[in-house]
Amino acid sequence: MKQIINLTINDKKYEVAVDANLTLLDLLRYQLGLTGAKKGCELGDCGACAVIMDGKPVNSCLVLAVSANGKDITTIEGLEDENGLHPLQQSFVEKGAIQCGFCTSGMILSGKTLLDKNPNPTDKEVRSAISGNLCRCTGYQKIIEAVQSVDSDI
Amino acid sequence: MSNYDVINSNAPRVDTPAKATGKAIFIDDMSMQDMLYGALLQSPIAHGKILNIDVSEAKKLKGVKTVVTAKEAGLIPYGVSPARYDENIFCHDRVRYIGDEIAAVAAVDLETAMEAASLIKVDYEELPALLTIEDAMADGASLLHEKYPQNICAQVNQEFGDFEAGLKQADIIKTTKFKSKRQDGAFLEPQGCIADFNKLTENLTLYSSTQVPHYVQRILSMVLKLPIGKVRVIKPYLGAGFGIKAGTNTMEIASCLLSMQTGKPVKMNYSREQVFMFGRARHQFTHTMTTGAKKDGTLTALKNECYLDGGAYTSFGIATVYYSGSLLGGPYKLPNMKYDGYRIYTNKPACGAQRGHGGVIARACWEQQLDMIAEELCIDPIELRLKNMMVAGDITCNDFNMSSLGMKECIEEIRDSSEWNEKKGKLPKGKGIGMACGFFVSGAGYPIYRSDTYHSTAVIKLTEDGGTALLYTASSEIGQGSDTTMGMIAAETLGIPLSDFRIESGDTDFGVDLGAYSSRQTLMTGHAVYDAAKQVKEQILEVLAKELSIPVEDMDIKKGIILFKKSQPDFSKLREIYIKEHRGWTDNPNADEPLTFKEASRIAFLAKGIISGNGKYKPHQLGGKFKGAAVGTSPAYGCSAQIVELTVDKETGQITIDNMTDAHDCGLAINKVSVEGQMEGSLSMGLGEAMFEEVKFDSKGRIINANLAEYKIPTALDMPPVKAIVVESSEPNGPFGAKEVGEGAIMPTIPAILNAVYDAIGIRIFELPLTPERVYQAIADYKKRKGV
Ligand code: FES
Ligand code: FES
Repeated sequence: MKQIINLTINDKKYEVAVDANLTLLDLLRYQLGLTGAKKGCELGDCGACAVIMDGKPVNSCLVLAVSANGKDITTIEGLEDENGLHPLQQSFVEKGAIQCGFCTSGMILSGKTLLDKNPNPTDKEVRSAISGNLCRCTGYQKIIEAVQSVDSDI
Repeated sequence: MSNYDVINSNAPRVDTPAKATGKAIFIDDMSMQDMLYGALLQSPIAHGKILNIDVSEAKKLKGVKTVVTAKEAGLIPYGVSPARYDENIFCHDRVRYIGDEIAAVAAVDLETAMEAASLIKVDYEELPALLTIEDAMADGASLLHEKYPQNICAQVNQEFGDFEAGLKQADIIKTTKFKSKRQDGAFLEPQGCIADFNKLTENLTLYSSTQVPHYVQRILSMVLKLPIGKVRVIKPYLGAGFGIKAGTNTMEIASCLLSMQTGKPVKMNYSREQVFMFGRARHQFTHTMTTGAKKDGTLTALKNECYLDGGAYTSFGIATVYYSGSLLGGPYKLPNMKYDGYRIYTNKPACGAQRGHGGVIARACWEQQLDMIAEELCIDPIELRLKNMMVAGDITCNDFNMSSLGMKECIEEIRDSSEWNEKKGKLPKGKGIGMACGFFVSGAGYPIYRSDTYHSTAVIKLTEDGGTALLYTASSEIGQGSDTTMGMIAAETLGIPLSDFRIESGDTDFGVDLGAYSSRQTLMTGHAVYDAAKQVKEQILEVLAKELSIPVEDMDIKKGIILFKKSQPDFSKLREIYIKEHRGWTDNPNADEPLTFKEASRIAFLAKGIISGNGKYKPHQLGGKFKGAAVGTSPAYGCSAQIVELTVDKETGQITIDNMTDAHDCGLAINKVSVEGQMEGSLSMGLGEAMFEEVKFDSKGRIINANLAEYKIPTALDMPPVKAIVVESSEPNGPFGAKEVGEGAIMPTIPAILNAVYDAIGIRIFELPLTPERVYQAIADYKKRKGV
């Protein structure tokens, strides 16, 4: 049985028919072609699938698409605008915070939710904000530098 | 200041804007028209005979397109090393671990494929599961592979110099035993692939999350009986691999078979649990080492005995069992070294290669022992190491040539920047500081199969307008930054900006490259790229020489401009030709500008057609003549020294790593920020292995923590601030003097932590991981022994 849901993704309104057991991650990736959110574990352990839902980072593999009905969602694809990369994306590129890139979407979105609330986070605050996002490549050092070095005026 | 225009800088990587915006395409982001989905049937028991396989119910399920078993797949053995091809695509008579593959299904969607796989009926006669080395080697134990008595998959017995004679010269002798645990690579991207067989042309294309398209291509060709020219392997962006993705996996072959049967593309993915079940990461090692040293600290002899719990198949295991001996040959002067290594088959997933292949635990055991020797001789651990340190040009007892070695510089860097002299032995109780060293190859000296093949090739082509250079290699960008590194080497050599290059890689149609393993790409692919770029440059300058009647030696290309070393010639005629060719274009040069690379390459095109360079590299003859000499020989060796500071809570056994300092000699750093990234990543992987990582099994051989919550890897909260210090030597065998960084930096991490723990609490721990329980127990045992 499919169910119709309405949601906003990256400022665009969608009306989609989804199965009751479909996850938000699979909806994004396989039905809507938004493959920026990655599938690392499907158990809520890695954070590669993180998106922002109503202002909070969530692991989209744990969210049923039906429960995203009426929600406002930002994925990594929604950060770039006509002026180019979002300052945090730019900072990740410049600081060498990206290696394989599989954790990057989730990392950037977790970092962004932190910076939106707290433009000058401490090392500790950045570490806790991204502690649900695993990265096996970087040792986190340059990711933390990238989050902290975003110009807070922007 | 660097003398270079492109390399030896901090360059933003070419692939990261795509990765930062979610545009980079990884394997599971791909789909194809009419694509089917594949699923595997894997053994639910660890050891057993297969009596019967019945696929009839599975075939009947609506939506199923084909089911394949050993009957369709055949029994051509394969593996990693031809010396031990002990795998078949599907089990036919025997299953050897929980997860061993028996059949594969292709269906219209994944749910149907999985349901069909579950409908396949297999009758087993269960055999005792041999889950430990002791069980597997016991008298009368059944053999996993008939050919290998006592379940010894591979055995190495080597002696360099004379161990017993060396021991006689020693004033102090230490023997310790050290045990590690099986690891998981825990890369974030599970393996996946899409096979696409075209029935009309009989061309097979496999898109796969592999570190080694070249080796996968060869295995596919062999087991599927297809001409190698009909097989193409393409690697999309890869969510890292760390060695585990450096062999061919069953899914890669199965998806090809399914596609060949159906004529449709077939997609397959491992779930996270299947990633664990496939295994192929670091073995569990048990080392027993005896080291002799003179009173002044001079090392005289080392005996190293090692047992590796190999799992059900060999994978990289032959190389691993050699590496866990050979990688102690340096970086200290050691005249006498004896090694006995045994890799044992057990009914668990196969182990393979993981960052620091084979050497990490040997290093952990030995570097802790060196600290024990230093303590007994009242020598500072750093002084002991400096005393025995090799220098550039030294050759180890097992014939590794340390053609460059900035080991001493690395030690001095970490010592000074972490105030070792002020801290060692002087920290408050519960706080400790420890150090260790290590080295690693810059690429295996020989391919995995015996061959005179080039290890890397590279093609550079200029576009006909001269504006862009195209670089094609078959190397593997797996997250380490090789595309950028190769682009930088090409741009530096040719004399144009990196932004004028378009870089393509990871496709067997682009040439031969053995891939991303053994930290080989910077040196080996780098050489091929350098060669190609040099050829292109020469061709352009030759044409100019003719046109302008200036000898080639009097010209150069730098930053996209032609330099005339002597007098400035009149090149207006060439410019006129160029502008005529490009009438109306907006980027034509002004009359007062110097002659550009663009113009020169257009002129060269008019003279010679497409300008291209065809680079190649293979190492010179390396290493000794003894059996196993090939494992560990390399054109160059990178090296690292590390200091770790930590706090141990004596009440709970909880260790907190406070900070880490690493210095690594990578030769000339092509891209410094990538070098630091490799160092920082290596340290975090080493920290995880030291502190908490362990794949655990139940009594039936099932993994009980096959997920990333219970198999804990370091989070941002577990990592301390890391200071990465890049030490640059000039490696004569490396392109621009460059060598490895991807793996060497993990070598000292575990022993530096162990040595710091001892400094903090005065207790040596000889088993990993250093969980609070283990540390607490060690403290309790110590107190009992001392009667306190
Ligand atoms: S895929 Fe959602 S947390 Fe890992
Ligand atoms: S960059 Fe590879 S997992 Fe973070």
